[in-house]
Amino acid sequence: MAKIFIYPTNSLILSDLVERFGHKPLAMMEKIREKITTVGVDSPPINITPEDPKHGLKYASVEVPAGVRGRMSIVGPLIDEAEAAIIVLDSASAFGCMGCARANELTKFLARQRDIPRLEVKYPRTEEEGKDFVYQIAEFLKSLSKEEDEE
Amino acid sequence: MNNSDKVTIALVSCGSEYAGIQKELESAASSLNAELVYPEMDVASMDTIGGEFGLEVASPDLRLMMARAKAVVEGVAQVDAVFVATCFRCAEAAIVRNEVRRYIFEDSGLPVISYSFTERTTAATLLTRMEALTTIAKSKHLLAREIQEGLTAGIDSGSTTTKAVVMRDDEIIGEGWVPTIKVLESAEKALQQALDQADVKREDLQSIGTTGYGRFLIGDHFNADLMQEEITVNSKGAVYLAKTQQGNATVIDIGGMDNKAISVQDGIPGMFTMGGVCAGASGRFLEMTSKRLGVDITELGDLAIKGMQKNVEMNSYCIVFGIQSLVNSLAKGATPEDVAAAACHSVVEQIFEQQLQEIEVKEPLVLVGGSSLIAGVPKALEELLKIDVVVPPYAQHIGAVGAALLVSGFVDKE
Repeated sequence: MAKIFIYPTNSLILSDLVERFGHKPLAMMEKIREKITTVGVDSPPINITPEDPKHGLKYASVEVPAGVRGRMSIVGPLIDEAEAAIIVLDSASAFGCMGCARANELTKFLARQRDIPRLEVKYPRTEEEGKDFVYQIAEFLKSLSKEEDEE
Repeated sequence: MNNSDKVTIALVSCGSEYAGIQKELESAASSLNAELVYPEMDVASMDTIGGEFGLEVASPDLRLMMARAKAVVEGVAQVDAVFVATCFRCAEAAIVRNEVRRYIFEDSGLPVISYSFTERTTAATLLTRMEALTTIAKSKHLLAREIQEGLTAGIDSGSTTTKAVVMRDDEIIGEGWVPTIKVLESAEKALQQALDQADVKREDLQSIGTTGYGRFLIGDHFNADLMQEEITVNSKGAVYLAKTQQGNATVIDIGGMDNKAISVQDGIPGMFTMGGVCAGASGRFLEMTSKRLGVDITELGDLAIKGMQKNVEMNSYCIVFGIQSLVNSLAKGATPEDVAAAACHSVVEQIFEQQLQEIEVKEPLVLVGGSSLIAGVPKALEELLKIDVVVPPYAQHIGAVGAALLVSGFVDKE
């Protein structure tokens, strides 16, 4: 079982596919759940505390806006932890954690910087493309399982 | 208004919750009995809003901002005021923020303010802005007052100086002005000066209003009827003294620590910006320049009038590096007159670049605050904007006059 970083980080389709092939998706939903269910001084729970953009300084300098660094404080550790990555290009609009183009650019860049197996596929627009999309991801995930078996 | 007391403020932001300041926003709003809401919008409009609005931006959350602004303007979301917020330093967001604010203000008539935040933004920083927003939304009747009645006093507890005036039947009869050292003591002194000049006893005052940074502290101390932030009070005081209470006006207030640029319509603030991150754009810069030139601050203006700012090369607006440029120029043989003119120009140019871009400057332009008395400052502003600048009488007492005027509304009730 490999830990797979997915992009978009909140993609339910990718998260589901990764799980079906026996791997662990590193997705935003998990992290947000942790944040909002952990008992803390901030009540009702707030996703990002004033401390988080400071943690984001590991991934982006102080010159970078606070909202980018706040998002990176969640996404950055997921990329660090990843053993493989799937990046979907030109996907439909998303909000919130995926709502900032600058944070998204940096996320993809950092994932590409890691020396790990990576698949980049285009977001499908037709049924045919949809089938090919799933096929490519499935093959990639299977190849990761084979590598693990050989080891 | 949605219900009798609470002010509903639409939060139109590209993700303030991701910058770690949501708690501060909520806290500032709740302390003013206001509630922040996210305007509901049709998710399908996300795909078309860029084209409709004319801004095809990359960040989906900025498109969400535009869609929410449209929901506010079209009345889909019922709100009393709008707070537009994006990250500080994001160029794309700065463009959208400004256009969204203009769009909401012009097409809905709702009071709106914008702010660029960092993770260090606190509720205290937001309070004055949000207080002005809720006052404009909730208390327009208060701001409609055009004549001062009875015997009232206004005290403006500013960051650098404390000002007080005593007014009787629409006339200023006493004034006080002292440096702010200990907030309460300074307020006591300023009020006493004004009372002495007016030949009035404190117990005869029918009502007291306070404004400025220390408004709550001195307001409690003097048992004031009105404790109001300086954006609404100062703009009211400015148009009252400049006799432009009807129609359009633009008020620029250069304070000791921050500046305000306010677009006013019939005495009520519309769009406004409040600077406060840079001492180089405040009266403090002029104070430091006068110290370096060995002249009193009151003499700096006359010097500046005689000088040519172009003779001095300034590489920075910063209070440290800018003063260094001035010192270097003196060493190269520039005259104190030129240096004084350059300092005034520097302050005005920075206000022009950072604040006046965000509001629409409509004549008459009323310049107030202590710095407006330094003759070089209005001159530099006139040169830069190519319009006449009005400096009304008592320009340095603008907050105190505004407070004394507005609080006379409480005299009526007694």
